[in-house]
Amino acid sequence: MEIRTTFRKRLRDIQDELLAMGSMVEKALSRSVEALKNRDLKLANQIIADDQKINKKRFDIEETCIQLIATQQPMAGDLRTLISVLNIVSELERIGDHAEGIAKIVVMIGDEPPLKPLIDIPRMTEKTVDMLHRSLDAFLNCDENTAKSIATEDDEVDQLYNQVYRELVSYMVEDPKTITRATRLLWVAHNLERCADRVTNICERIVFTVTGKMYEINVSRY
Amino acid sequence: MSLNYALLNERTIPKNETKLKTEKVNLFYGAFQALRTISLDIPKQSITAIIGPSGCGKSSFLRLFNRMNDLIIEARVDGAVAIDDINIYDRDIDVVELRKRVGMVFQKPNPFPISVFENVAFGPKRHGKTNRSELEGIVERSLRQAALWDEVKDKLGQSALALSGGQQQRLCIARVLAVEPEVILMDEPCSALDPIATLKIEDLMRSLSDDYTIVIVTHNMQQAARVSDMAAFLMMEEDRAGTLVEYGPTSQLFTNPKDKRTEDYITGRFG
Repeated sequence: MEIRTTFRKRLRDIQDELLAMGSMVEKALSRSVEALKNRDLKLANQIIADDQKINKKRFDIEETCIQLIATQQPMAGDLRTLISVLNIVSELERIGDHAEGIAKIVVMIGDEPPLKPLIDIPRMTEKTVDMLHRSLDAFLNCDENTAKSIATEDDEVDQLYNQVYRELVSYMVEDPKTITRATRLLWVAHNLERCADRVTNICERIVFTVTGKMYEINVSRY
Repeated sequence: MSLNYALLNERTIPKNETKLKTEKVNLFYGAFQALRTISLDIPKQSITAIIGPSGCGKSSFLRLFNRMNDLIIEARVDGAVAIDDINIYDRDIDVVELRKRVGMVFQKPNPFPISVFENVAFGPKRHGKTNRSELEGIVERSLRQAALWDEVKDKLGQSALALSGGQQQRLCIARVLAVEPEVILMDEPCSALDPIATLKIEDLMRSLSDDYTIVIVTHNMQQAARVSDMAAFLMMEEDRAGTLVEYGPTSQLFTNPKDKRTEDYITGRFG
């Protein structure tokens, strides 16, 4: 006979909500770079407006966690799960802000001619969104090893960022007229690099949920 | 305090109906006032917990709903206590019928020293049911509802006293359910049980609240938080009369109480 069925159900509901929020954030991030590639101002403005929904989702999940902690006295793994959810929603919300930040840069760029074809920035996005997606799966499956391995993949995003940085700096050195446009792209890349760092933080929370141990897995160089 | 239904969690309380209501209730034991002007609406098909320090009148308040206080000489109630808007302290109320509608589970499991089957069949028999197969149906249904059937179905003829404490308490709940009540009052139903048996009773309460209105008195604040939809905090005044300090959805009372005295009590600053 399973006991505490109502509590277990509410815990599962929270995890479902977390996944739903994760998918909102993934979508925002992918679309922000899509908007950049296509100079789609309408899409960019939509992403900026939708960020409010992500923020609300975060507060809703936090409130449910607080209620469960206050009323259900979760212990051990259940307590660690709830504490991790509180941390993870905060990381997700910040990733949402980075997506919004990219969308704002798209609006700022407006219809300026493109500096160069975008290659590494979309790669960074794809990699980061993939890491984020798999990290939330790992959380759901309590998969500590996958979490650790995802965190090491942050190095790939860092390398891409480094490449973008060097390339953009060379543009600026060659032709100072490109400085404004290059700087904006650099901001975009920096937002993406930070997103991958936040995925690493999520992975640390997964390790904590499973093992109870708190430590940094992969310290970013940026 | 009347209910603000908008604050209730719709997932846990499906019906926006008041089942039990007290209006400016005062309870006296002789010259001693045990409860002072308590007004409270208790929603149908939900669990309402009454919490508060020892001696604040929690059990006295609970016993208003099946007129158990009538059994105490010199007890006197004024104000109204209503079930489905009918004042149960009116003269023409049949108390036996009332106690059939309002069942009660006590602190210590108190099965009768007879078989498991006879314990559950006791109430229906007293209310005139004698047909064996009908009684068998009632006993099985009640034991299933009390999540006990699988554990006792092969020992229905054995003495109820041979069951564990947790099983005995679920048997007492089955005994209450056998007479098909609408309201179940629980006075510290888990205080004599171990933690696992306690959690089983709490699960049972949750599933019963789909059909019944449950009011529980508990010293165990954590239990009130875990199991209830609504919570009422009672406190003693200087003359030791119990008064209602705060009443609201459990999730709110335990995370953001409106009254400082509630905050002080639930955070362990007094009591």
